[in-house]
Amino acid sequence: MRTSWTNRLDRLTIKSTLAALSAREPSLTVGLLHRLALGHRLPGSILLVLTLVVTTLAQVGIPTTETAVLPPRGTFVIRNAHIVPVTSPDIENGTIVIRDGKIVALGASVTVPAGAQAIDARGLYVYPGMIDAGTAMGLVEIGQGASGTVDIAELGDLNPHAKAIVSLNPHSAHIAVTRVDGVTSVLSLPSGGLISGQAALVNLLGSTPNEMAVVPLAALVINYPRLGGRGGDFGGTQQPANLTEVLATNERQVEQIRKMLRDAEAYGRAQDAYAKDKSLPRPDQNIVLESLVPYVRGERLVVFRADREAEIRGAIRFAEEMKLKPIILGGDEAWKMAAFLKEKNVPVILTGILSLPSREDDAYDTLYEAAGKLQQAGVRFCISTGNSGSAVRNLPFYAGMAGAFGLARTEALKSVTIYPAQILNVADRMGSLEVGKIANVVVTDGDILETRTHVRRLFIDGREVPLSSRHTNLYDAFKNRR
Amino acid sequence: MRRKTIAQLLLLAFFYANHSFDVPGQARTASSDEVLIRNATVLTVTRGTLPNTDVLIRKGKIAGVGKNLKASAGARTIDGTGKFVLPGIIDCHSHSMLDDINEGSLAVTSMVRVGDALNPNDPDLYRGLAGGTTTLNLLHGSANPIGGLNTVVKIKYGRPVEEFIFPGARPGIKFALGENVKRSSVPALPGIPRRYPATRMGVEETIREAFTKARDYKKGWDEYRTGSGRDKNMLPPRRDLQLEPLVEILEDKRYVHAHSYRADEIYMLIRLADEFGFKIKTFQHVLEGYKVAKEIARHGAGASTFADFWGYKIEAYDAIPHNAAIMTRAGVVVSMNSDSDERARRLNIEAAKAMRYGDLTEEEALKLITINPAIQLGIQDRVGSIEVGKDADLAIWNGHPFSVYSRVDTTFVDGEVLFDRQQDMARRLEMEKERATLEQAEANRPPAGGASPLAPRRRRPADADDEMWNGDHDHP
Repeated sequence: MRTSWTNRLDRLTIKSTLAALSAREPSLTVGLLHRLALGHRLPGSILLVLTLVVTTLAQVGIPTTETAVLPPRGTFVIRNAHIVPVTSPDIENGTIVIRDGKIVALGASVTVPAGAQAIDARGLYVYPGMIDAGTAMGLVEIGQGASGTVDIAELGDLNPHAKAIVSLNPHSAHIAVTRVDGVTSVLSLPSGGLISGQAALVNLLGSTPNEMAVVPLAALVINYPRLGGRGGDFGGTQQPANLTEVLATNERQVEQIRKMLRDAEAYGRAQDAYAKDKSLPRPDQNIVLESLVPYVRGERLVVFRADREAEIRGAIRFAEEMKLKPIILGGDEAWKMAAFLKEKNVPVILTGILSLPSREDDAYDTLYEAAGKLQQAGVRFCISTGNSGSAVRNLPFYAGMAGAFGLARTEALKSVTIYPAQILNVADRMGSLEVGKIANVVVTDGDILETRTHVRRLFIDGREVPLSSRHTNLYDAFKNRR
Repeated sequence: MRRKTIAQLLLLAFFYANHSFDVPGQARTASSDEVLIRNATVLTVTRGTLPNTDVLIRKGKIAGVGKNLKASAGARTIDGTGKFVLPGIIDCHSHSMLDDINEGSLAVTSMVRVGDALNPNDPDLYRGLAGGTTTLNLLHGSANPIGGLNTVVKIKYGRPVEEFIFPGARPGIKFALGENVKRSSVPALPGIPRRYPATRMGVEETIREAFTKARDYKKGWDEYRTGSGRDKNMLPPRRDLQLEPLVEILEDKRYVHAHSYRADEIYMLIRLADEFGFKIKTFQHVLEGYKVAKEIARHGAGASTFADFWGYKIEAYDAIPHNAAIMTRAGVVVSMNSDSDERARRLNIEAAKAMRYGDLTEEEALKLITINPAIQLGIQDRVGSIEVGKDADLAIWNGHPFSVYSRVDTTFVDGEVLFDRQQDMARRLEMEKERATLEQAEANRPPAGGASPLAPRRRRPADADDEMWNGDHDHP
């Protein structure tokens, strides 16, 4: 009886040791090792060697592997905290209970389940994890000089079958670097061509893409064709020789997209007909068109990349014609056509808050103010970094800058929490602290959008995530080099 | 032809609209005027943070810092209650104003000067002022181990280009190491030989060879200077514009600002400089500086880095946002730079990140964008702190500059208001009207109701250090 109990304890300790090791928590690992060694009366020399090995491993680390073993989903009680649920008033001195991956209770006084791990958060704040709806997280590790790590854009113009969830690298260093700053979920979008592929909504924790997935196939991504091409920063846009030619090229590109979506509609009808009546000739399988069927039927979202007024208007008209469910991504000039966006009830994922204004005579704060203007006009919007991965952790400062220029602070917070969740149709599962939602919970020592604030505890999907990343590991390794 | 007219008209409109002095009815604050900022929180940087304090500006200088200061009759008074006064931010790595950034054809281009290609009308300068930035270190690009000469400027937006030049700033030069100078990202073109060097070994040798030549050249001049007194027939050495700046480095008259990423190349340049007996004034970017912080400190070099920009190329993959903190604690004078007209507008946020990562104190973090970059440019007696006698380069913020919710109300350069949010907002309606009028002009109407003509776009990338670098590269 006693032996088996000891063994179980050992197994547990070994498991925790591995977990601590994988999370690169040297002190915790060493402590657990000591516990093991004491239990078995290991000689001190062996313990020393083990400790050294563990410490070295933990310090050197494996560059891109941040999470090997998922931390367990426990029962956690965070007490005495200033809770900011986002969708309801703040709770002073509140308690929030996390169990089996979900938020199960929050309030000023709640019943605490037995056996819960208690966290005293006196003087601290509790927020929902932030969501960035415009990234390419996990699709690009190093953009320049390492093309082997770039999986963001397929060849050709029409790639609806390219799925971010397939090549999203759960061990990208960007993931842990991002989450330890309180961004817990992202939409990762492929790019390039006209139809870029399908985006995935993921939590930033997991060893496989599917462990991370919230909605694996969350949206189709279309680059709405831009008049006169993509433009660019260098030397000004090539002035077209002939405006008619430019318009014709644009129309040809739109027609390419239209034709493929029409084909997908027809394909879907043919497959349905055959499913009902097997006596019909069996239509060939076409995985490219098949992937488009839920989108052309309006069952899933379609993200249109469009920044300028003409393209935004074009995208919305096109979506109307094709009966799609559109979202605008980019939206630099959306504020100029707020009434139209409101009338059509099309939401905007703003990625340009910290971009330089595109026109020389634009006001200096044109893009800082864009979010405030959309909000005042009643347009649905959220704020994103529009960054591929390495700078997604700056999401709170994008929202904060909008907060400095006309957007109320409470709205700035919503623009990176509940608003992206609403736009992506997952507000029943994330984006705020509410009973029943996924426990993506961030404990901070101040306003989550402020630069000087530190994240103190982090929970994703109800698992407590260590606050370590490639960056903290390197910091720990070098901070004491004298 | 027609397009050109439109572009010219728009540009013209822009110049008129943005030059506060050219707008009728706009009062210009002459540098001789007196301004009294009352009852603000003054972040002096060098003498602590002073609550409920006045700052008196007179003849372009800070004439007083204290309580209940008295100004002359007719002085402009600004109520600073609830506001913060911060010295003008100094950006130690910028390519703003530069019509040309890289002379990339040779490995050593110390004969070229970025000061020969300055554009004082770049609207990003105004946007920088609107973020409280007043001084820029304009550097040559990073295409060569030894690049061109720099220019330090004050953002005297709207003034003639000569007035931008920072008087008395120590001249400098750009060096660069690593991937850019190896031309790693330049595609090999058939028939065109690659430029030497192509390895970090070759980079070291290139710099070594240049300084070996410079030492000989200096010897020739030294011999001439001592010998020509005795021998009237002695001929001076032939002037060499490529080697002259390197001699100035050896004579401690010119600062070296060295673009660098990896610890090994930083270490290499320190050893090389020690051997030739010159100093590296700043390592720029220096993203792995935290790995060799004590070596940098021992050499006496400064470090000018990014807050948290990383992973955009291999040599930036080990960058960490704690870099500034580690180097500061090792005794290195550290600054936070932009290398981008975009980031130059919010260096306050970049400095605050050193408190988020690595836990610098507020005072240490404030220095990263004020007195430290001033020291790195040899202008610390003029700018970088709020002290009596210093240039009145400062900004009034509507909240603590380290808060993400704060913004600049007014920016002064040499006591002159060059950005004012109220004035800027008041002008907007006027500008919109002017634009509408221009767009309605017969010459600008699109043919047959087609799309509007394209507005002129920026002439150079906003993130310009890498000439390879497309500003959009980081977007998903």
